[in-house]
Amino acid sequence: MTTTTLAKAINDGLRHALSTDPSVLLLGEDIGRLGGVFRVTDGLCADFGPARVVDTPLGEAGIVGTAVGLAMRGYRPVCEIQFDGFVYPAVNQIISQLAKYRHRSGGRIAMPVVIRIPYGGGIGSIEHHSESPEAYFAHTPGLKVVTCATPGDAFTMIGQAVSSDDPVIFLEPKRRYWTKGELNGAPPLDLHRARTVRTGSDLTLVAYGPLVAPALEAARIAEEEGRSVEVIDLRSLAPLDTDTVMASVLRTGRLVVTHEASRTHGIGAEITARVQEEAFYALEAPVLRVTGYDTPYPPSRLEEDWLPGVDRMLDAVDRSLAH
Amino acid sequence: MPRTSAKTKDRHDPIQLLTPQGEAVTDARLPFDPSGADLPALYRDMVLARRLDTEAIALQRQGELGLWPSLFGQEAAQIGAARALRPADMVFPTYREHGVAWCRGLDPASLLGLFRGTTLGGWDPRDVNFNLYTLVIGAQTLHAVGYAMGIVRDTGRITGTDRGRDTGSDFADPAVEHPVDPADPTDPTDPAVLAFLGDGALSEGETNEAFIWATTQSLPVVFFCQNNQWAISAPYSVQSTVPVAQRAAGFGLPGIRVDGNDVLACLAATRSALHTARTGGGPTLIEAFTYRRNAHTTADDASRYRETAEEKEWAAKDPISRVRDHLVNTGAADPAYFAGIEAEAQTFAEGLRSRCRALPEPDPALPFEHTYAEMTPELRRQLAEHRAYLTSLREMSDLSGERA
Repeated sequence: MTTTTLAKAINDGLRHALSTDPSVLLLGEDIGRLGGVFRVTDGLCADFGPARVVDTPLGEAGIVGTAVGLAMRGYRPVCEIQFDGFVYPAVNQIISQLAKYRHRSGGRIAMPVVIRIPYGGGIGSIEHHSESPEAYFAHTPGLKVVTCATPGDAFTMIGQAVSSDDPVIFLEPKRRYWTKGELNGAPPLDLHRARTVRTGSDLTLVAYGPLVAPALEAARIAEEEGRSVEVIDLRSLAPLDTDTVMASVLRTGRLVVTHEASRTHGIGAEITARVQEEAFYALEAPVLRVTGYDTPYPPSRLEEDWLPGVDRMLDAVDRSLAH
Repeated sequence: MPRTSAKTKDRHDPIQLLTPQGEAVTDARLPFDPSGADLPALYRDMVLARRLDTEAIALQRQGELGLWPSLFGQEAAQIGAARALRPADMVFPTYREHGVAWCRGLDPASLLGLFRGTTLGGWDPRDVNFNLYTLVIGAQTLHAVGYAMGIVRDTGRITGTDRGRDTGSDFADPAVEHPVDPADPTDPTDPAVLAFLGDGALSEGETNEAFIWATTQSLPVVFFCQNNQWAISAPYSVQSTVPVAQRAAGFGLPGIRVDGNDVLACLAATRSALHTARTGGGPTLIEAFTYRRNAHTTADDASRYRETAEEKEWAAKDPISRVRDHLVNTGAADPAYFAGIEAEAQTFAEGLRSRCRALPEPDPALPFEHTYAEMTPELRRQLAEHRAYLTSLREMSDLSGERA
């Protein structure tokens, strides 16, 4: 068993991809000698050289736009966007070009591009450094959108993302970068599959990325109160593994979905709609959402209360079970 | 004050090698041996490109195409630039480069699918190294730069030959199939990239990023800007207060300003810039100063924003008639030659018309099949739902047919 941090697990995954596939190259701001502002690419430039680990000019559209051209030439670029709030200048290239190339070309041109984005709140950042843009991308056909919650998943999922012939938005929960875990613990799942990380019989609690750990903590506390909560880590937001969620809800009859991103039009809304479409008669209570509010991320001094946490999740569990 | 010479030029005057009267001239800024250009062949290309355009407009008027962006007036820029290319070079067009597509050997009917609505692409860019049209202004400049980054890596200028595994998305490999250009045996065989853009694209941030990437890495890419002076209804003065070519200096790449209605100047400038690109000299920005004689597209009404006097002025600078005059005056082509081209254009147009109408209707499953490498379970469900809906539609129409 190897124990490491989530950041180091991604580093290991990238190192493995660079070693085994010469068509892989990394593009991003400050990812070379500095190793990235979160040090996720630490040491890779030294070992693979500045032509494989490319310090780019400061331009997010350029990072993704050139990755599109490199992919046409047979490369597998892995782009780093320095912070979630800086991805928006690249959104034109991501949504209009990267996501649609396979479709526009009638399946002739693949876009095996990964876009890594440190995302989410909880580290006391200043504005534009804590955002949850997942729904923008998950709403875009042609993109895969995934996020990891543990070092083990981080290692396997970054490898699967690099190997994917589709573009992948790879969301790294930055508040989990320094949490430790086993690299070779749980058996690897396919990139698009959700994982049931705790079994339970009274209620299904669906989380992903930064909120998987608080969800597990909420389930642990709920158990002390005699309630059996099943926790599902979605892992993939596009495509969504609705089968795993549905099977769980059919057993428990209750569902709470939680995410940091704002509530309206979010991932939780999609899961809620699906469950009521397909499991309406199995539901014992309305599906509840525990999410960020429909505001920008607040100043960091307000963040702790603004972000969905264990208490709000437990409150939702109580409300659901009260039905 | 008397002028010392009618030939004294401001440095921003576009370089011209063939005057509107069809007279061959020289310009010290761009040395070029006109014997290196096959003018009758260039004339034929321009006539056929214009005929393609005329025919597509007619097809749009007949309801066969939803839209058509006309190239009328820009034939010299496109043919001149395209005939400087080698087969191994990669082209990133906008949505108006029908003349370039013609020179690349693309079946012109496949250009029509996008505008007819039968496809979003219509051809395999690898077949003739001509990328799909890009409708989002300026986006393709970055793709061109990324592709040039790939060439540099492939050809070992940076990393050695660490060419990756075959992902199924690599384009025609160059050096083997296409030996050294006979016109210049000293030219290396490395391919280069030619990115087309318009004057409006220079206002896009992405184009400016592309210039930065290309210059700082000295990439083998040539940016060919057809400054047709109008971005739909916005004149160039809305985009900039200095000529296109002058804007290059701030990025550290050479800017060349040529008469975009002069096929020889466009050919010479592009050939020179491609040579620079191939030999490690980095990118060039070419400004072909020209004029879009039709509206932006068939959906646009140019009379709402520009004067007929301006249109007449540019009609007098027509890119095709000056080559014709030159060929006639120098005796390089006789009436039979021109008649032959006319007959060819007529046959070409008729063929294009029938092939446009014969373009296959797309299968409803097409978008579902090509959104991801493998159809997701959800898309499989949605496709089944869609097929069931289409079947029910057919059944209903069969039913109503019986009643009628």
